[in-house]
Amino acid sequence: MGRHVFLDSIAVADCAMEVVGDDLDDLFATAARAVAEVMVDPATVRRVIERDVELAAPSLDLLLYDWLSELIYLKDAEQLVFPDAEVRVRGEAPCRLAARLRGDVLDRARAALRADPKAVTFHRFALEPYAGGWRARVVIDV
Amino acid sequence: MKTLPIADCVWEIPPSEKPGMRVPARIYASQALLGQMDQGVFEQVTNVACLPGIVRASLCMPDGHWGYGFPIGGVAAFRADTGVISPGGIGFDINCGMRVLRTRLTEAEVRPKLRELVDALFAAVPSGVGAHGFVRLTEDELREVMREGSGWCVRRGYGWPEDLAATEGGGCLPGADPEQVSVRAITRGIGQLGTLGSGNHYLEIQVVPPDGVHDAAVARAFGVTGPGQVLVMLHCGSRGFGHQVGTDYLRRFDQAMHAYGISVPDRELACAPFRSPEGQAYFGAMTAAANTAFANRQVITHRVREVLGRIFGRDPRELGLEVVYDVCHNTAKLERHVVDGAPLDLVVHRKGATRAFGPGAPDVPAAYRDVGQPVIIGGSMETGSALLVGTAHAMEETFGSTAHGAGRTMSRAQARKRVWGETLIEQLGARGIVVRAASKSGVAEEAGFAYKDLAEVVEVVHRLDVSRRVVSLRPIGNIKG
Repeated sequence: MGRHVFLDSIAVADCAMEVVGDDLDDLFATAARAVAEVMVDPATVRRVIERDVELAAPSLDLLLYDWLSELIYLKDAEQLVFPDAEVRVRGEAPCRLAARLRGDVLDRARAALRADPKAVTFHRFALEPYAGGWRARVVIDV
Repeated sequence: MKTLPIADCVWEIPPSEKPGMRVPARIYASQALLGQMDQGVFEQVTNVACLPGIVRASLCMPDGHWGYGFPIGGVAAFRADTGVISPGGIGFDINCGMRVLRTRLTEAEVRPKLRELVDALFAAVPSGVGAHGFVRLTEDELREVMREGSGWCVRRGYGWPEDLAATEGGGCLPGADPEQVSVRAITRGIGQLGTLGSGNHYLEIQVVPPDGVHDAAVARAFGVTGPGQVLVMLHCGSRGFGHQVGTDYLRRFDQAMHAYGISVPDRELACAPFRSPEGQAYFGAMTAAANTAFANRQVITHRVREVLGRIFGRDPRELGLEVVYDVCHNTAKLERHVVDGAPLDLVVHRKGATRAFGPGAPDVPAAYRDVGQPVIIGGSMETGSALLVGTAHAMEETFGSTAHGAGRTMSRAQARKRVWGETLIEQLGARGIVVRAASKSGVAEEAGFAYKDLAEVVEVVHRLDVSRRVVSLRPIGNIKG
């Protein structure tokens, strides 16, 4: 089961996080949950809308960048936030991802709102094998 | 890293301190502010000094803090003919900026209706994550906004013609190219015109305090008459539209720069030659986003006028709700500056830095031509903000640039651990500052203790003469995302 922690010590105006997963699928799903947690208290969001997403990128780290960027895009373009994700990642180039997201339209009366992420940055962006699984560091501009 | 004092409030890191530095890095700060700057500032300001075509020095203003790529507070000018343009030197919130409106209202008139006013503004100007704007646009109309900026709003009745003259660049920067904007940027931003955003963005009711006028003559030129006068300040940018433009081009430059043989010490500094197809495409899209940000602040201005007119039962013109100025602090602009005694076309990147052109400089509105361009420095909702004026010395020292805010000293997560948003709202209420926010945790993140001392930042830029202190402003009402 993946986990994430928010990092206090880098990029003080933004939101830095470290995400650890048992494998790539787990890491990508955990990172999605972390991004949702930046936007809203996940406990206040229903899981009533499903959305399938498929992405391809020339490298694994760019696939993670595009994946998290997609979640931020959906927040603005369709007011959707997805705390839950099942993700399948193919790590060999060209890297691919197929995901099923679960969440809801941002209901301002129901959801406890947090920050409004602008973008995923490349600042100290990293994705690497770690302790038999994978680890990523991501800074989100908020 | 060796940081040498070279003049009062000027510190220099020589090129010998890091391989690849083409010019020195220069930090403008008092000893106290320098001590508060995190290590990231020194790392990033010297990284920027490594970029191709940089002229004179990589600069950091006294409100500087750790950003991504460039430090926040970073200013760098690159030769237009051989230098680069970098999305990391502008930020994702393209043309994030400040606008101030003056009023003929006094605190004594506003105070009895303050709660009602703040509630009405909170309802009229959507803020926070997932907010919809009140202006419904077609895609073609959004492209018109990209080309025309604030002018589109005035043409559609969301403003007064004179608002344009009181906006940097007339509210429309040249070079916008909607063809270089992705469909995703359009679909992401089309519903957000007239929204405030979250984070450090705000709409604030402010008052000139009893000792708040520092330069009466310039204050008069800005329409600030004296203590007790109420002003309205807003801080926001291009919203999801600009954020997507930044994302698209950062991703594109990350791959494209290798074709130009450019390597950078930080991936967030991805860049392309300004005159390359990629550089020109980004400049066109970024300028389109900048114009959209002007339009965003313009339609919010319209809403503010509607609300104040309704609450006080008077026409907004009778209330004197005129724009003092609107100024960007996240842009790259093509400007001509004198370098080594000769005029040179430069792409001046300002990331969390405000243009501060002096008297007689180009693009300073006629009303301010004799005194200089108004500079708006936004502080925290606790400590207040400041109006300053640009100087001739800024043109020589900082490519006509100054600070933009107080600058953070503490991360958002640390601030949340120090105080609950609800508690802070109560504390501010007890001090006469009414706060409405879409996110309570967001309020905690913006607590005054998370920022540097604004007065110290203003003191430094004043001493450096890269802008001069004119008026201090104290908040009495704040709307946040």
